[in-house]
Amino acid sequence: MANLPRQDQLVSDRGPEPPRAVPAGQREAHHAEALEAARHRHRWQGPLYSLQRLLHRHAALGPLLVLVLSAGVFELLHPGFLRLENISLMLQQLAVLGSLAIGQTMIMLTAGIDLSVGALMILAQMIMGELAINSGVDPVLALVIGVAFGALMGLVNGALTARVRLPPFIVTLGTLGIFTAIGLRLSGGATLFFGGSALAGSAISSSSNALLWTGTFLSIGSFTVTTGVLLMVALYIVFAYVLAWTAWGRHVYAVGDDLNAARLAGIRVRSLIASVYVVAGAIYGLAAWVQIGRVGSVSPDISSTLNLDSITAVVIGGTSLFGGRGVMIGTLFGALIVQVFNTGLELVGVNALYLPLAEGILVISAVALDHWIRAIKD
Amino acid sequence: MATTGEEALGTEQPGPSAPVLSARDMWKSYGRVVALRGVDIDVYPGEVLGLVGDNGAGKSTLIKCISGAEYPDSGTIFLEGQEVVFHGPLAARHAGIEVVHQTLGVAPQLDITSNLYLGREVRRGGFRGSVFRMLDVRTMRRQAAEKVKSLGIATIQDITQAVETLSGGQRQAVAVARAAAFGSKVLIMDEPTAALGVRESGQVHQLIASLRDSGLPIILISHNMPALWDLANRVAILRLGRVAAILAPAESSMEEAVAIMTGAKAASHPPGTNG
Repeated sequence: MANLPRQDQLVSDRGPEPPRAVPAGQREAHHAEALEAARHRHRWQGPLYSLQRLLHRHAALGPLLVLVLSAGVFELLHPGFLRLENISLMLQQLAVLGSLAIGQTMIMLTAGIDLSVGALMILAQMIMGELAINSGVDPVLALVIGVAFGALMGLVNGALTARVRLPPFIVTLGTLGIFTAIGLRLSGGATLFFGGSALAGSAISSSSNALLWTGTFLSIGSFTVTTGVLLMVALYIVFAYVLAWTAWGRHVYAVGDDLNAARLAGIRVRSLIASVYVVAGAIYGLAAWVQIGRVGSVSPDISSTLNLDSITAVVIGGTSLFGGRGVMIGTLFGALIVQVFNTGLELVGVNALYLPLAEGILVISAVALDHWIRAIKD
Repeated sequence: MATTGEEALGTEQPGPSAPVLSARDMWKSYGRVVALRGVDIDVYPGEVLGLVGDNGAGKSTLIKCISGAEYPDSGTIFLEGQEVVFHGPLAARHAGIEVVHQTLGVAPQLDITSNLYLGREVRRGGFRGSVFRMLDVRTMRRQAAEKVKSLGIATIQDITQAVETLSGGQRQAVAVARAAAFGSKVLIMDEPTAALGVRESGQVHQLIASLRDSGLPIILISHNMPALWDLANRVAILRLGRVAAILAPAESSMEEAVAIMTGAKAASHPPGTNG
């Protein structure tokens, strides 16, 4: 008789609390009205609730508003900020970070994170440069090998995360150091120039070297972009499509949203997560190509802040650190916001120290906003 | 009592009343702990078979063995008269055995349609589907709306709503809809209302009743005895890895079931005789 279940266990619900952290009393009160309330809720919840719903439905809307607002403010502070020449320049400066952020977005949608993104990009371009410049490999082949190498290193990250089941933060923190060290060792810390020297490099036309193709300028009036910018835009279009319109894309969201639910639905979650890191690695390889075209040489001394900047861009772009929420176009907006602040603060003549400060505030605000949006109730 | 499986096997006959799913003489042990000691279970078309038992009685293990999540040490499973062996939950699912878990098995941030079709998305025809792998979102939405409507989940109006904007009962309804919507033969529900409030549990119970009336056999594990007595045609009581009794709620009281469950009373009917 001692084992007789208690009466309350028999008649009422038992077991763990539902996922939402709402106190039990409040929950009951909520349920008591839930049915009636659900139909009329939007009418008496006020404008704040409408805003929450709107931002919940459209993840890129918040970043877009911030982008328009910040660009407008800088135009006021520094007339001419939105001139086509300046926009062209900003896009060119953005191309590498913007491309990297595509891979970072997909990884973060799976509730992962990639700290090694910049280091892997640098390593991939060192491989391309080493093969094309020092080993005389055909530039096209060097490019293909470099991109494939990026995918392979992505597989290392992915396998350690998905198969060995280590936290992606730790895996990519480790590979950040490893990729950086190999990159430096490979080059001996020196920059590789096409044609043997900085001067000779500039003499080589980009049409004769596939690795420099991404630096080709295209102009429409005073609006000038490089093919690297176009490559970045093409990558955004392709992966926005893949995420929104293919089963693989849906599964990326599902895995980041609720790993168990995804597994129960029959998704091979381990393979899927690994495949995301592989795809991201290939994208980093393409970003390396954009980088080589932009500077016309291959250098290991690229700003190491690329690793964290890509995370900043993705988070500001409305992708949740906890996975499952975000859209590709939001990341583009996020990267643009970072670039607008970067250029804008410089043009306004503010001390460069304020850039990280502004970025810091933006990141924290973005995550706080994400928390608020996710707390939506109906 | 453990040997009554032989009799039950003998009574198995083809025909309209043949069980959809039968498990025979299921044994499973984890190290020195024997979780199942020769369990026999039959589920007939259009019935809700309740499954109760104290913690450790073997309910979860039995369900795991039937749904392919665990491999029994011995025993056979027949699905529509055919012997089946499942290597993993996916195989069981493809065979038509769907499980609804107590933890909400839905991805909260995906919309209802995506959740219903998760893992079995429909692609467009032509090159857009074969080359660009494009999903046929319109068809999926239309069919999802139809399925939700046919299941009588009236409170769900917008099929493009993210699941996290739904109430707990509606979310579980989506999970049930997903399990029931794709030609499943047996639905196993492992405490589907354990995470829900009283009112929301009521919604899910209604859904179970309408599924039962549509002819889908359901195995329902629950601690909620009044609900079980309401919904189930038969209730199998597991105790210490064996079927201690199978009661018909129409003829037996809840108190009797609790007494058998806890061992306070020996079963008055031998198992397998259907009350």
